[in-house]
Amino acid sequence: MTRAVGQFAAILATALFIFSLLWMNDPKTARRGVGAGVAGMLVAVLATWIQPEIVHHGWIVLAIIAGFIVGVPLSRVPLTAVPQRTALSHAFGGLAAGLVGTAKYFLWVGESPEQLTAFRMSAIVAEVILGFLTFTGSLMAAGKLQEVKWIPQRPVTYPGQNFVNIGILVIAVALGVLMVVQPTAAWSGQVFLAIVGLAVLFGVLLIIPIGGADMPTVISILNSYAGLAAVAMGFVLDNKLLVTAGALDGSSGLILSIIMCRAMNRSFTNVLFGAFGTVQKAAAIGEQKVWKQETVEGAAQLLEQARLVVVIPGYGMAVAQAQHKVRELYDLLTKRGVTVKFAIHPVAGRMPGHMNVLLAEADIPYTALVEMEEINPEMPQCDVALVIGANDVVNPAARYAKDTPIYGMPIIDADKAKTVLAVKRSKNPGFAGIDNELYVQDNTWMLFGDAKAVLGDVVKQFGGGGLH
Amino acid sequence: MTESLMAAQAAGVEHAAVDYWSMLFVFVLATFIGLGVIRRVSRLLYTPLMSLTNAISAIAVVGSIVVTGAEYPTTIRVLGAIALFASMTNIVSGFLITDRMLKMFKKQ
Repeated sequence: MTRAVGQFAAILATALFIFSLLWMNDPKTARRGVGAGVAGMLVAVLATWIQPEIVHHGWIVLAIIAGFIVGVPLSRVPLTAVPQRTALSHAFGGLAAGLVGTAKYFLWVGESPEQLTAFRMSAIVAEVILGFLTFTGSLMAAGKLQEVKWIPQRPVTYPGQNFVNIGILVIAVALGVLMVVQPTAAWSGQVFLAIVGLAVLFGVLLIIPIGGADMPTVISILNSYAGLAAVAMGFVLDNKLLVTAGALDGSSGLILSIIMCRAMNRSFTNVLFGAFGTVQKAAAIGEQKVWKQETVEGAAQLLEQARLVVVIPGYGMAVAQAQHKVRELYDLLTKRGVTVKFAIHPVAGRMPGHMNVLLAEADIPYTALVEMEEINPEMPQCDVALVIGANDVVNPAARYAKDTPIYGMPIIDADKAKTVLAVKRSKNPGFAGIDNELYVQDNTWMLFGDAKAVLGDVVKQFGGGGLH
Repeated sequence: MTESLMAAQAAGVEHAAVDYWSMLFVFVLATFIGLGVIRRVSRLLYTPLMSLTNAISAIAVVGSIVVTGAEYPTTIRVLGAIALFASMTNIVSGFLITDRMLKMFKKQ
């Protein structure tokens, strides 16, 4: 009877998870999706808990309470820290899969070796490799995003790096094959632990050469791995619910990775093994042109006289926490009859959708957020393109400069606007290490400084009576 | 070994093999459903989508509960309890932060 309940619960939970994702197709229904997800999870947990083989309840209760104690604060981080929270949760997902795989292996070796069929052993190896590489890889990614001191932010590369990385993975897989052939030999336990160690090491080494601008893609790939680790766990435990839920997560990560890669015109392998941003080629485009600086008064005037303003936010806006000042400016301009739109590049920020969430936090209606493909045809009619802390995603060099790492990447055509106002923290080049000719265009005016401070000053110009 | 026992064993092996195929079948179908559904998700919501799928893939909690709560040696159950804690953290923080973000998306 409880078995049947368990089977039915698995079907019900799968259906609820599918609805949960289905409702994410529109912001209007999305919150219902969370409800469906919670319901599915509740059904799955309770149906498992009532099974007859669960005889010890104390530790389960303790672990659940501990999960709440850590989970609740983790859900309240500032939205600028959402990328690192996401990476951290991928790490937890990988850890759980890796530990369950390890526990099950040693359990079966000790008690019922006949359970370790070739199929099951392959699933355990896949679960453990995916789980532990996701664990350390995601921890590294979270550390880089959080700018932890002892993790270098810039990509770290050395000669033969790809050879070392792929070599480690190949050894781990080869040991895995050995385990499938000989799951219960006297040395099998040591080999198993060696696979764990190699996966842990591979996760770290995989992320070391990756820099900030690639994080949206890398987080998506790790998301996919975490899902696949759950699928492998499903194969190990003979549990279809794990397989379906893991597959949903895995395919979500896969689609996001593909979208992110396309938005940078790069391939998976290029992201993981290409060490973006290390090619510090001095893109000497003609003679060195000079910046033209604009005053906040001038900027305010330009904005007020515009009919269409397109704001192009980037990671700089997130770093400066400038989204609330952006909102004030948005209000002032729309009140004066100026149309304000936000152009969102798919890889702006540090994770997919990062800019949308920050702008939504500042109460900017999502109807004002426009995707790159939709805004680009409108750019020639745009009076002022206001670039806030974005760099590579508006660099015209992406269209023709073949020797730069951003070549071929689709960009927001800020340079086609009648006037460009660019808010920039420093005069350093962007992440890709190349100069941005947008900033030295004839119709571009620069506002140097912290985005929040600069925009605050611009907003003051409107309120201070200098303009009317 | 009697013939009937051998037949039963063969049937058992057969049964196990069939089960693995049905698991793979489920995996492939679920992946296609996932691809179809995720493709339709609004681009505005990619960040909450990721935290939501994160919480959903913490379904690993189901496996962790079994390893923690069954009659297994203590070391095995300790590993299970850590896995259960990690999954539970993802469930709680994943659903809560997804809802928190989605609340912010307003039309006007």
